Amino acid sequence: MIKFLVSILLIALLSFVCGLFLPWWTIALVAFLVSALIPLKPLQSFLAGFLAIFLLWGGLALGIDQLNNSILSAKIAAILPLGGSVIALILVTAFVGALVGGGAAITGSFLKAAR
Amino acid sequence: MLREFEKINYIWPKPTGMRIVPFLISLFLTTGLIVCLNRQWGDLKKTPVPGSFLSPQHGFWQNAEAVGTDFSGSVTLPGLAGKGDVYFDEYLVPHVYANSEADACYIQGYLHARFRLWQMEFQTFAAAGRLSEVLGAGKDNSYLKYDRAMRRLGMVTAAQASLAEMERDSNSKKDCDAYTAGVNAWISQLKESDLPLEYKLLNYRPEPWTNLKIALFVKYMAYDLAGGDNDFEMTNAKSFFSKEDFAKLYPAIQDSLDPIIPKGKRFLPPGFVPKAPATADSLYFNNPITVTDRELKPEKSNGSNNWAISGRKTLSKAPILCNDPHLSTNLPSIWFQMQIHTPDYNAYGVSFPGAPFIIIGFNDNCAWGITNSERDVRDYYNIKFKDESRREYWFNGAWKPAVMRVDTIKIKGAATYYDTVATTDLGPVMFDPTYTGYSDIASNRSYAVRWKAADTSNELSTFSRFQSIRNYNDYKQALQTFKCPGQNFVFADKEGEVAIRQEGIFPAKWKGQGLYVMPGEDSSYVWQDNIARDENPYMILDTAGDRGFVSSANQEPVDSTYPYYLGSDFPIYRGLIINRILNNMNSITPADMMKMQTDNFDVFAEMARPLLLKNIDRSKLDDKATAYLNTFRQWNLFNNPGEQGPVIFKYWWSQLLKNILDDEFSKTTLDLHTPHESTVLEALLKDTAWSFIDNVNTPEKETLGQVVTDAFLKVVPLLQQDEKNDKITWAKNKDTWARHLLRLPELSRTHLPIGGGVHCINAAKQFHGPSWRMIVQLTSKTEAYGVYPGGQSGNPGSPYYDTFIDSWAAGRYYPLWVMAEDETKDKRVKWVMHFNK
Repeated sequence: MIKFLVSILLIALLSFVCGLFLPWWTIALVAFLVSALIPLKPLQSFLAGFLAIFLLWGGLALGIDQLNNSILSAKIAAILPLGGSVIALILVTAFVGALVGGGAAITGSFLKAAR
Repeated sequence: MLREFEKINYIWPKPTGMRIVPFLISLFLTTGLIVCLNRQWGDLKKTPVPGSFLSPQHGFWQNAEAVGTDFSGSVTLPGLAGKGDVYFDEYLVPHVYANSEADACYIQGYLHARFRLWQMEFQTFAAAGRLSEVLGAGKDNSYLKYDRAMRRLGMVTAAQASLAEMERDSNSKKDCDAYTAGVNAWISQLKESDLPLEYKLLNYRPEPWTNLKIALFVKYMAYDLAGGDNDFEMTNAKSFFSKEDFAKLYPAIQDSLDPIIPKGKRFLPPGFVPKAPATADSLYFNNPITVTDRELKPEKSNGSNNWAISGRKTLSKAPILCNDPHLSTNLPSIWFQMQIHTPDYNAYGVSFPGAPFIIIGFNDNCAWGITNSERDVRDYYNIKFKDESRREYWFNGAWKPAVMRVDTIKIKGAATYYDTVATTDLGPVMFDPTYTGYSDIASNRSYAVRWKAADTSNELSTFSRFQSIRNYNDYKQALQTFKCPGQNFVFADKEGEVAIRQEGIFPAKWKGQGLYVMPGEDSSYVWQDNIARDENPYMILDTAGDRGFVSSANQEPVDSTYPYYLGSDFPIYRGLIINRILNNMNSITPADMMKMQTDNFDVFAEMARPLLLKNIDRSKLDDKATAYLNTFRQWNLFNNPGEQGPVIFKYWWSQLLKNILDDEFSKTTLDLHTPHESTVLEALLKDTAWSFIDNVNTPEKETLGQVVTDAFLKVVPLLQQDEKNDKITWAKNKDTWARHLLRLPELSRTHLPIGGGVHCINAAKQFHGPSWRMIVQLTSKTEAYGVYPGGQSGNPGSPYYDTFIDSWAAGRYYPLWVMAEDETKDKRVKWVMHFNK
């Protein structure tokens, strides 16, 4: 359980730091490496990567949106098309990142197990 | 087989956990997902890259500007001569304090880029014929056609020539270099996450700014304001209609015209008399050629109002100057409001993101405003090529080699397009068998274009001088370098001087020259000379007996006694109502001017309504129709947002035009120019048996009463439909937008509750209207007001994206605060930016 929580924290934190300087897909590298180094069962790894990025991207989006009074998110949610729902846009943002994070994490866990 | 398998299994080292297969599967799936999220989808290439677009640290979330963002800070700009300070007020209007004109340009470039980068670059891409590069070829190749049109017209070569001229003037060069450095100072430090939203939507990056882009922007305005003509349509009309019908449909001058220079002014004999070629009758006027090619045209309603009033007619005894240029109501707005203070001047007004200086505004001594002259400075010549290679053309009795140019047009997501363009002595060949413009009809003809804006010029130097003009002579001097697009420059100063000048270089044409496509086989049809500058129409208020104001609204500048041919494509109604109101007004205040600039009175409806009411046969109307007729009859003639009268009138009049003209016009598939509304109205008022009233497809002879009544009965169902859909009131029917440049409704402000219309002073149409309303009273302390349909920030994620729009629609103004040097601590200053070298 502790390894699981540490994985989530590490993936989220390192992804955030990488995101400041590197392209968006570095979240996948981070999730991959962390789960390769901290052995968890594959499904646990997936969940760790998924949750880490879900919380990171969802939290960041939510925070930005609060400060912006949803000025932009309402417009983007109408373009995308999400019927103008800001909540849906935040969830989609979080989910897309989470899927990448989870996929990369489970891949990393298989690598570890495969050695 | 089994043995083989065992053998392989034996050689291959056995993995410890047997997880290689799931590893490969998940690796494949995850990588595939990332690849899918890291590319653009869709044919139009208009969709963003999903992964980076959604990433809160890279994509659009980064453009969601926190409400209450602190814009203060310190910026180091290498190459700045001295220090500069920028004070932002609560509307994000910057008040720039710089140590020199060049520093002011530097900082202005930086600020334009800081708040409007995507727009300024996109506009220059449009000017340079590079839209396909970022948008793809478009539906039906529409972007590619646009790009080819701009390049064939010579926008790029014209911009290059103007840049050379600009850079010959050391002041202009210094200012442009500084402006460009300012833009690049902002661009060079941009991270992916900082890019304006539209770059992320379309997935490209800004390129470095250059002085050429400034020149391209200036040429874009020239295209927008002096790129219109109806030469092809008129050529067809001349060949299709009889001489008598043609004269009726396209008269040279309208009876109700009230020109910019009031009727009765005596003009000196012309300094130059252009001579029509000997062959004009046989090869030109009576030559029945027709054209199927179709031009790219700027928005027809690009016009404007301006006027300036003598102190004799104002309450304060100081002149008042007003201007509202009518352009596309785009978001981000074409304008960026600012104050620029240097040791030499203190200017306030609106600037063009993409070019230095205040374009429309005032300084401590004078105010100036601009409307479009609408003069025809684009003509076509029919070119005869020797063969399909178009390398030689027949000119002055011999085959002459054309200069061949290949334009390289990059297309996003498709192969590069190479466009071969021939240039003749008469101009670049805009249309040829490979390019028919927006027409789908093949044609083997070639037309060269002669366009005044393609000549070298330095219009920016006029605006550079405007920043510091002190009096009428300075203003006149500043206009000496202004060539194209010809404008009506209105002027007033604190000494009480008031004037208007139509300025530009205009070709002196013989009567009818360039109205149609001209023969291009010899030099006898070229523009022979320009009208001398001091022969351009102007008016200075100087005597107690004059009318006490000058004004312009794109109408014909002079009456028929002016010794040069002007063509006939000018709107008349806004000019009529402006002059009527000003003539009847005294003790004028800025508040009166706010009311006037937002006046919705429809002078065209005023003139047309009696005709309609007199000729409608009421016995043919049922109750519903009678009710609409009564609404129309009782309408106060103001196109106010909640009125039904303007909707009824618009439908009725356009149906009446169809009833009268369609039978004749639909006898050909050629493009024809619809006659002006004023032409038809004046004809019907003069002659109730005007020959076009009769429907040539019926044996009976229709009367005016019949066509008026029939038109009304036809629109009643439309009105009922609109009533059901809540579109029967004017603002809802007209549906004015401040529309994003990419035409995305989500990034636009739609359904604005504003009245007015094409014939009103408040010329707000659907996507077009008063793009900046300004009122300046030249009292010793200037009193000025302004508003534009936009906001200072070009970022759709900023609270300052649409700041002024609701006020604009409601007809409210903002006081324009000219910040004084000792007001840096004023509570209106919200943020301060310091610039150092």
